[in-house]
This record gives sequence, C-alpha cells and structure tokens, in this order.
Amino acid sequence: MTDEIPEIDSVTGTGVPIRGNDIDTDQIIPARFMKVVTFDGLGEFAFFDLRFDEDDNPKDHPFNEPQFQDASVLAVNANFGCGSSREHAPQALMRWGIDAIVGESFAEIFAGNCLALGIPTVTADHEEIVALQEWIDENPDGEIDVDVEAETVTYGDTTIEATVDDAQRRALTEGVWDTTALMKSNADAVAEKAAELPYVDV
Amino acid sequence: MSEGTLYDKVWEEHTVAELPTGQTQLFVGLHLIHEVTSPQAFGMLQERDLEVAYPELTHATVDHIVPTSDQSRPYRDDAAEEMMSELEQNVRESGIQFSDPNSGDQGIVHVIGPEQGLTQPGKTIVCGDSHTSTHGAFGALAFGIGTSQIRDVLATQTVAMEKKDVRKIEVTGELGPGVEAKDVILEVIRRLGTEGGVGYVYEYAGEAIENLDMEGRMSICNMSIEGGARAGYVNPDETTYEWLENTDYFQENPEKFDELKPYWESIRSDDDAEYDDVVTIDGSELEPVVTWGTTPGQGVGISEPIPEPESLPEDKQDTARRAQEHMRVTPGETMEGYQIDVAFLGSCTNARLPDLRRAANVVEGRQVHEDVRAMVVPGSQRVKAAAEAEGLDEIFEDAGFEWRNAGCSMCLGMNEDQLEGDEASASSSNRNFIGRQGSKDGRTVLMNPRMVAAAAIKGEVTDVRKLKEVTLA
Repeated sequence: MTDEIPEIDSVTGTGVPIRGNDIDTDQIIPARFMKVVTFDGLGEFAFFDLRFDEDDNPKDHPFNEPQFQDASVLAVNANFGCGSSREHAPQALMRWGIDAIVGESFAEIFAGNCLALGIPTVTADHEEIVALQEWIDENPDGEIDVDVEAETVTYGDTTIEATVDDAQRRALTEGVWDTTALMKSNADAVAEKAAELPYVDV
Repeated sequence: MSEGTLYDKVWEEHTVAELPTGQTQLFVGLHLIHEVTSPQAFGMLQERDLEVAYPELTHATVDHIVPTSDQSRPYRDDAAEEMMSELEQNVRESGIQFSDPNSGDQGIVHVIGPEQGLTQPGKTIVCGDSHTSTHGAFGALAFGIGTSQIRDVLATQTVAMEKKDVRKIEVTGELGPGVEAKDVILEVIRRLGTEGGVGYVYEYAGEAIENLDMEGRMSICNMSIEGGARAGYVNPDETTYEWLENTDYFQENPEKFDELKPYWESIRSDDDAEYDDVVTIDGSELEPVVTWGTTPGQGVGISEPIPEPESLPEDKQDTARRAQEHMRVTPGETMEGYQIDVAFLGSCTNARLPDLRRAANVVEGRQVHEDVRAMVVPGSQRVKAAAEAEGLDEIFEDAGFEWRNAGCSMCLGMNEDQLEGDEASASSSNRNFIGRQGSKDGRTVLMNPRMVAAAAIKGEVTDVRKLKEVTLA
C-alpha cells in the first residue's frame, strides 16, 4: 500500500459549517473515546459532547442535522484543532466523512496530522469563511470544490483565493503525503547521521 | 529567517535530507512513547511489514490511563488494561525500554525523560503528545507529533518537518514573591494569544528565565503549545548542566558529560543570533495569573478585573462571551473568591518536586476547606518517593489532600480522576478547555501550585500572597 499514495489535486463535496474560534481537539474527540487501540469507529464520537446531552439525546449541532450528513468539506474559523496532538481528532472527522477542511487558521500539529491522512487544511480570510459558512447553511446540497493545486475554493458562482501551505500542496498533489516509504528510502543517510551525532550510542 | 539560534543549529545538525515536498527529513535523537497515541502506530507498522528501526532510541512509559489509586493488575477499567497490555506487548516485541510501574521509574513522560537524563541539550525529541515541548527546557528541540508521524519515527527514526520562524521572548527583571514560572507562561499566552505562536518556535530568555530552576523552565516550555508554538526552548547553561550531571545516564556514563559538553555549548544561540521576532516582558511587574475562561489565553492577574468581552479584539469577543457564560464569571470582578469544589495539584506542567514543596509550604498546618476535594498526583514515581522522603505526603494528608500515585490523572480525565457535573477546579495543569477534566460542564481555573494550595484551603480562588504567615521564597 505504501507504493500507491493517491494524488489529491482537489476535493469536491457538500459542506458543513462548524463555527467558533479555538475549537480544541478535546472538543473534536473527548479523551474518554481515546481508550482504544485502533482508530476504527471513532467517527460516531466526533464532537460528541457538543452533539449529545448527559442522556445521549442529540443537541443542536451541524453534525446532527440531516442536511449535512453527506458533507465532506468542513468550514471552520480560527485556530481550529488547537490543544492536544491526538491524531484521533482528524481520524474521527475523516471517519465521519470529512475529506477537506477550509478555515481561517489551523493549529500546527492538527494540520500536520490532517496532511498525514491526505486531508487538505486550506485557509482563507475571516470574511470569506463567514460567507462560505452562510452559503453552506443556505445551500446544504451545494457542491464546494477545494482546489489544492490552484489554491481556490469554489461554491455557487463564487471562487475565493485560498492558501495552501507550500509543502502541503506539493505533498498532496504529488502524492507524497504518506512519508514513511519516502523517508525509509534514505536509510543509509539516516545511519550516517546516527553515527555522526555526538550523543547517539547505536 | 532566523540565523545562529539554537533552533537553527540543532535543525542543521539533524537534517538528513530535503524531501520532494520541500520538508526536511529530520533525525530524531529521542522518541518517547506512551499508551494512548502509540498502539495504532505499531499497528500501521505491522500492516506494512516494517520493524522499529532504532529501538534503542525510543523509550516508553505509561501515564494517561494509569490509575492513580489502586494500580494492581488487571486494572479495574478494562479499556485501560487493554491499552497497557498492548503497550507491554509492543515494547517487548520491539526491544524498547519501558519505565513501567514496577520499575519505580514510571511517570508522566515529560517528567521521566529529564529525570533519567534521556533529555539532553541539542537533541531532537518527539513524542505523540503536544506537551513534548517541555523538554525544550534543556535546550533540546522537542515537539509533539501525531500517530502517523510516530509510525514514521518508529520505521525510520526521522520525521518530515517544515522549518519554523523563531521568536525570542525575553523576560526581564526579577519575579516578585509568590510569582512563578507558571505565571510567566500564562502571561505570555495571554499577551500573544493561543495562536500567536503558530509558525514559530519560542526561545525563552532574559534574567527571569535564567534565574529559574530546571523545573520552572520545564513549566514554561511545557505550555508553549498552549500559545500555538509547537516547540519552545531555553539555552542550556550551568543550571542545565548541574541537573544533567545528577541524572542516571551521566552518573552511569560520567565520561559522556565531558564529551558532550562542548556540543551543548556549541548549540547555544549566538550572542548576535538573528530572530524573526522579539517580544519583551517585564517579569518584575507580574503577579499570580489565573484563567477566567476556557482557553489558556483567557488569563488575568489575580488582582485585575475579568475583561468585558467588548474590550477585547473583535475576533476574541464571541469566544470570551461563551467562556464567561460557561465559567459563570462576571466581567469587572476579579477571580478572587471564585468558589471551587476540587483542587488538583498535578500534571506535566507542575507536579515536580519543587512544585510540591512550594505547595506543601502553603498547606502546612492548615486544613483543606470542608467543601473541597483535593488531591496531589506526583509527576513520577521518583518525585513521589523523593517527596515522601521529605515528609511532604504527611503534610498534604494531614491537611486533607489525597496523596496519589503518578500519572496524568485529572489533567485530562482519562482515568478515574475526573470532575463531576459542573464542579469547579483549581488546577495546576495546562488546559481549561470545556470537558478537559472529564466533565463537559466542569469548570477549570488554571493557576500555579501555591495558588492551588491556597484555593484548596479557602475553598475559593485566593491570592496566596495574602496568606501572610506563609513563606514565599
């Protein structure tokens, strides 16, 4: 499987808005759902405490609303994914159905974890994100095209300029976002580095 | 771009290759693992038929799910037992050293690395845990990674990274009585914001930082991530070297100390190093800082009023309003007198020996308020043993604190130690996110360990400096 990493030039699908700044990974996946040794089945626990009350009755939350159940493009605000480094967070979103995230800004570890799963984290200005979120509310069936290569997000008749981090863009569009095999191929250089560093005893 | 900083030098020393993505393939000098974020990575290795490339450079412990009361096996919590068994099997099969609870060396991963001398200046250190930034206190380049990256490190001993900018945070002057490292970092995050550090590595410098012991420096570097910075560091100096000399590794290999010291000296930031940004904070003006909200950036000096949301930048107002509603605080008032139900003294931020000593000094001869449940969770088995040798356990227990075993505990509520319902907690930990301490209606007020002790006694957030008879060295 390591030889066949898909190239991700763009992601197309309907959207779901999650509003608010500083949405941390404890909110995306509460810690009690991390008492597992695989990532399977995490999708149903995404945003769990925001979606359900004490008795597990659904609350108002976009992830509970029927019109967003098939969404694959998540629209968020600033500093999304801050806090804990848990990859369980993007894993839960991915398993819920999210293939791309468009937001004002992302926490660094979270964005790195998304990249490792082939999920683009694309940024745009506050006003543009707010407009996109409003459009999604009005057009839950409307398609959004997140073009990683061209760094644009298109919905309805609107195309906005977005930003994709250079390394992320190259990794996704050239299909090198799963780095294990790539880095493994430099094993000799790694061994040389280990021999060279003064503190390494191997 | 920065030049001549510790970050630039350590980055350069550890560069293996430039990847087609433009990222750098960076050699990892020390890989720390724990039970929550590593099992899936071992699973991925197995799927790909790969082995651990350099098991001698990985070290494991168990901290997140480990019970802090009854630790007999099997654990009462089946899920915790399964995670522990999985880790035991993975380290056994891969030949990875494991500081398990039977070794006497177990503890929070960011406490045990420095204790054993695994954490050293000029090393690259990664762990599937965002508070890996702690190890930067020793002049290491240390950052948290996700599970797919753990897979990369296990398989290749390297990680794909992009180089960041360096912001120097200079804390001048002397900290006042009762003001601690925790207050410095809460102030940094309050000023620069929870995302102010995204894209940066923080270098902490200045008189107030240099005068801190290693534990204080660890408290500061620990919370770099709360300010958005994936890594933070302090240049190594005599304080660092003194700590290192007394660790297992250098006690067992004393010749290594002299051998490595020139390297440690060489990676210090140059006097004329160039930074991408410099921020100066006057340490002498600080007072104990507590949080009023639900992000670590929502902090306030203990005598200052909680801000009106309207007084904050526009993009912070909504978050502030929601936070104030959740916390049930009133803008214009101070946090003093905010009632608490729980006092938690623990976590990778503030559960090392001097943290416990300072708190014990406040507690000694006093009683925990009758409405408060208070607990001390030492950062490691060694911290616990050392504290017991000094009689700190008795001071805490006599006052009505529970004295627990080492682990992450109520910092994130993955074991039995959790807030219940809408309980409010005075906590020496690092995150006041909604739900963080195990209850989605729970309320967390972050503060330094002495302030936690004072809150436990008074049953409300209290300025420890007003407990006059307490020594506040």
